[in-house]
Amino acid sequence: MAAVRVEEVLAAAEEQEAEKRRSVTVEKELELEFDLGNLLALDRNPPPAAGLRGAGPRREALLRALARDNAQLLVARLWELPAERAGGAGGPLVARLPEPAFRLPREKPPPRPRPPTRWEQFARLKGIRRRKRTSLVWDEQAKEWRRRWGYRRAGGDPARAWLAEVPEGADPQEDQFARLRREKRERVARNELNRLRNLARAHRAGTGTAAPAAPLHPTGHQSREELGRVARVARVSTASLGRFQPRLPKEPAEPPSRSGGRKRRFEPLLGNLAAERSRQLELLRDMGSKRPVLDITRAVNKQLRQEEAEAAAAKGKKQSQRGKRGRRQQRAGRSAKKSGARRQQQQRPVGSGTGGGGGRRKKA
Amino acid sequence: MEALDRVVKPKTKRAKRFLEKREPKLKENTKNAMLIKGGNANLTVTEVLKDIYAVKKPFAVLYKKKNITRPFEDQTSLEFFSKKSDCSLFLFGSHNKKRPNNLIIGRMFDYHVLDMIELGIEKFVSLKDVKNSKCPEGTKPMLIFAGDMFDVNEEYRRLKSLLIDFFRGPSVPNIRLAGLEYVLHFTAVDGKIYMRSYKVLLKKSGCKIPRIELEEMGPSLDLVMRRTHLASDDLYKLSLKQPKALKPKKKKNISHDVFGTTYGRIHMQKQDLSKLQTRKMKGLKKRPAEKSAEDGGVSPKKSKSAS
Repeated sequence: MAAVRVEEVLAAAEEQEAEKRRSVTVEKELELEFDLGNLLALDRNPPPAAGLRGAGPRREALLRALARDNAQLLVARLWELPAERAGGAGGPLVARLPEPAFRLPREKPPPRPRPPTRWEQFARLKGIRRRKRTSLVWDEQAKEWRRRWGYRRAGGDPARAWLAEVPEGADPQEDQFARLRREKRERVARNELNRLRNLARAHRAGTGTAAPAAPLHPTGHQSREELGRVARVARVSTASLGRFQPRLPKEPAEPPSRSGGRKRRFEPLLGNLAAERSRQLELLRDMGSKRPVLDITRAVNKQLRQEEAEAAAAKGKKQSQRGKRGRRQQRAGRSAKKSGARRQQQQRPVGSGTGGGGGRRKKA
Repeated sequence: MEALDRVVKPKTKRAKRFLEKREPKLKENTKNAMLIKGGNANLTVTEVLKDIYAVKKPFAVLYKKKNITRPFEDQTSLEFFSKKSDCSLFLFGSHNKKRPNNLIIGRMFDYHVLDMIELGIEKFVSLKDVKNSKCPEGTKPMLIFAGDMFDVNEEYRRLKSLLIDFFRGPSVPNIRLAGLEYVLHFTAVDGKIYMRSYKVLLKKSGCKIPRIELEEMGPSLDLVMRRTHLASDDLYKLSLKQPKALKPKKKKNISHDVFGTTYGRIHMQKQDLSKLQTRKMKGLKKRPAEKSAEDGGVSPKKSKSAS
């Protein structure tokens, strides 16, 4: 009897659970597709067309029931996401959403990487890396921390500098203040010129790669490449594809190449015998002569520079991997443990054994 | 036109920030929408634009004046507006005898029109007509699309993508579960699209998941699809392209097996086993006698032999 009652109790409990669950479960023919990152649910089931045809409150009620079912499924999914309490124990329950899965078009095309400036190229080649400077500098005269530049800078106000020493080799009659002002103006102008040149280079690189078929600028700002391209296109846009177009006096006669000069062309095997003979004799002459064809110093310098750049890149990568602590340890290690014998051991392994010392001193 | 966007050097920090906000970025800003009235917009259309503006605040701009343009014929003025206000979604409302209560919904890519779909409003119930409580502005809505037409028909598929883009709101990593208050439900049936907005009431149910009750709120529209101007396939593919930097980085040296165990792989340098530090046991410590015996038979200093 007790057993029967236990079974009854269990069955009743199960039914209660099912009852509770029934209020939040929804039956659907086809499963919905969810994109929780966008809070999106897509229902592929065909809606009951018959009920929705007649206008009026019945349609509204049907739409609302459909919406309620779909919303219930979406909310059930959202409640299953990992949730935590934001802002401590008493804060609101916050769920972490996944990345939105539905692919939507972008607003603007992805940014194009700008080409490196002349300094950036040089720095990459030499392995020079940016050093982070402190924003405040200790000023001895004012005995406090001052900015490196700007309002109340560390070296004192440059406009109030009342003394300008005449350097050793200079003309004693020359106005030093005027000279300083002139040099500053020249420096600013040079910087501005270089900045504009870098911008122009970046702009040219951008338009060159992105819009090869852009029309010509109406006035001014026509670069040489643009003019050449447009002239070429205009020449070929005739009925006979530019074969009978008169050429300008100094324009070279080009054979029409449809691929725009991309394919390699080979000479026919039995064509010009005289040219072949002269080419072979030239080859034999070069082989027999004592003068080296390869300029060794230039080659060695090029190789050294390449190795330097590679080493700098590798060192940079390793340092960035190790992080701040690694860098500090490395620097401390290097300065602390240097001794005569050790220094010889730790010398950087030079790649090319032959031209290492000699090649470095001479410049091609 | 390129002369107009010559490189302008900003003279203030504020101008620089303004320009930086508008330039193309890896992770983009939330799309803004501009709501424009056509040359002869009637009351219905104006009300619709105002209600959609209320739903999309603060990522929308509502223009008050009428603009006499025809988007399907000439898109330059739309593109000019988009460039000026940095909006990539637009909603243009107009009304004439041939196309009454017309609404053109569209989006831009790189300030040029990508897709445009013309919809006709058949019935409209505005926010003020429904006398229920509203949810706060700026709530991220839940979007539900019902009906197989949204998958079968190409134009309906683009319309679905457009509507998601339009009403999506900002992309957020976390969301407060109690703040899920707004639902936009689109049903495609019989060549008509019913858009309904409901406020969500979370009721107690026995288990963790609450029971949902919906209350009608907000604008409800009955729409009919008219003309479309969809982007060509390759332009659409170009606009979908995401830069590689945004792809989730694969974590190396971590693998999972069938049972859910996570395995990691550590790469170490070669260990010098002779210098290995093992446990020190005092009893096994080498006494000086044994050490010198090992060293080659040198007699210890203190010999313990009996005299």
